[in-house]
Amino acid sequence: MTLATRILSSVAAILFIAGCTNYYEIPIETPIKPKLDVSAFQRVLVAGFIAGGTDDVDGNLETTRLLRSQLRTKSDLRVIDTDVLPLMEVATETPGTPEVKAEPTRSVPPSDGAEGREREGKEGKAETKPEPKGEAPQAATPEKPAAIKDAKDLEPYEHVFADVEYWKKIGEEYQNPLIVTGTVMFTPHQRSGIVQREEEVYDSFGRRRVVPVRTYMERKGYILQPKFVFIDGRTGTVMHSENFREEVLYNANQSTPALSSYFELMDRLIPSFLSTLSSQKIKGTRVLLQ
Amino acid sequence: MRTRVLTIFLLLGATAAPLAADARSDAKKQVEFGIAVAQRGLWREAIYRWERAAQIDPKYAEAYNDLAIAYEHEGDLEKARVAYEKALELEPNNALIKQNYELFKEINDRTTRKDTQDDPGNQNP
Repeated sequence: MTLATRILSSVAAILFIAGCTNYYEIPIETPIKPKLDVSAFQRVLVAGFIAGGTDDVDGNLETTRLLRSQLRTKSDLRVIDTDVLPLMEVATETPGTPEVKAEPTRSVPPSDGAEGREREGKEGKAETKPEPKGEAPQAATPEKPAAIKDAKDLEPYEHVFADVEYWKKIGEEYQNPLIVTGTVMFTPHQRSGIVQREEEVYDSFGRRRVVPVRTYMERKGYILQPKFVFIDGRTGTVMHSENFREEVLYNANQSTPALSSYFELMDRLIPSFLSTLSSQKIKGTRVLLQ
Repeated sequence: MRTRVLTIFLLLGATAAPLAADARSDAKKQVEFGIAVAQRGLWREAIYRWERAAQIDPKYAEAYNDLAIAYEHEGDLEKARVAYEKALELEPNNALIKQNYELFKEINDRTTRKDTQDDPGNQNP
């Protein structure tokens, strides 16, 4: 048997097999069950976050606004629209916290649009609530210690999430909602090294080819490390918490605003955040065989 | 004597082959019907048909592949995994089943990864 005959017979065999198999592409939507059973709650309070890292982005305000906006449009819970809680103050007032030099930050107006992400048009889902009285935190001037520069600096404040009495009180004031809080670290980051990228080349006949090229590059970007804590407003206890880490690197010559990088990174982990509270559907395509 | 034994074997072979062919043919009809209804969005009916096909012909890899897709669509990821693995066990070199399984694994791994991110001692209300 010659080589040509062999090739021909192989091609014929492949064509025969392909001809025999009938297949149909079909779109599917895989539902992913929520991790938390939140059926007992009708409202959600995104209370605020203990944030640190770069001064270019206020991780507390931006995260609160973004999560409220996402929950308003993508969950069945009614979002309580109120000022963020000054968690730093609360954490420093309670025992077990080292003294931290605090500096005032801007106050957070409720229902304020954040980079066009707030969708206030969704009426009926947002709830406004008068400022809590008594010992409950006043939203006027949350304080942010300047010392929080890395994840370790956050640790002394994290005990606030386990303060059952505090969260129970907050829960009572807001009619026992699900409370979302946590920490957000958004830090600048740079890395240099060998990077593989694709480059177009043309040969002597003018044919275009894409070849992998390894080059030394200096890159800079950001790391986003949020920890979301879900608290039962009826009991004040932590129901669930999740840690995430996302990073982005750009060419060192490229100038990308910190806020833009923050939203880019949050966009990546928002589906995971939402899937904790509500069922999500993942769209895809599969091949049915006959 | 030898001739008799041979004849019996031949007869058995001759009857078994059409039986297997009949089973495959019946199962194929179920699979075809299942595909038609799945394309109209009637996934429950499709599951019933493909389960029947797998019962009729337990070596029909395509029936398990289709069943796995339907389970995936219904959100029953554990059943989907078992069905995909059965399909691949029967036809380990089928590129289309492999491709479906890889796509399924991406989703399945994501949900399992999420579970490992949980803090210990988490409790539902």
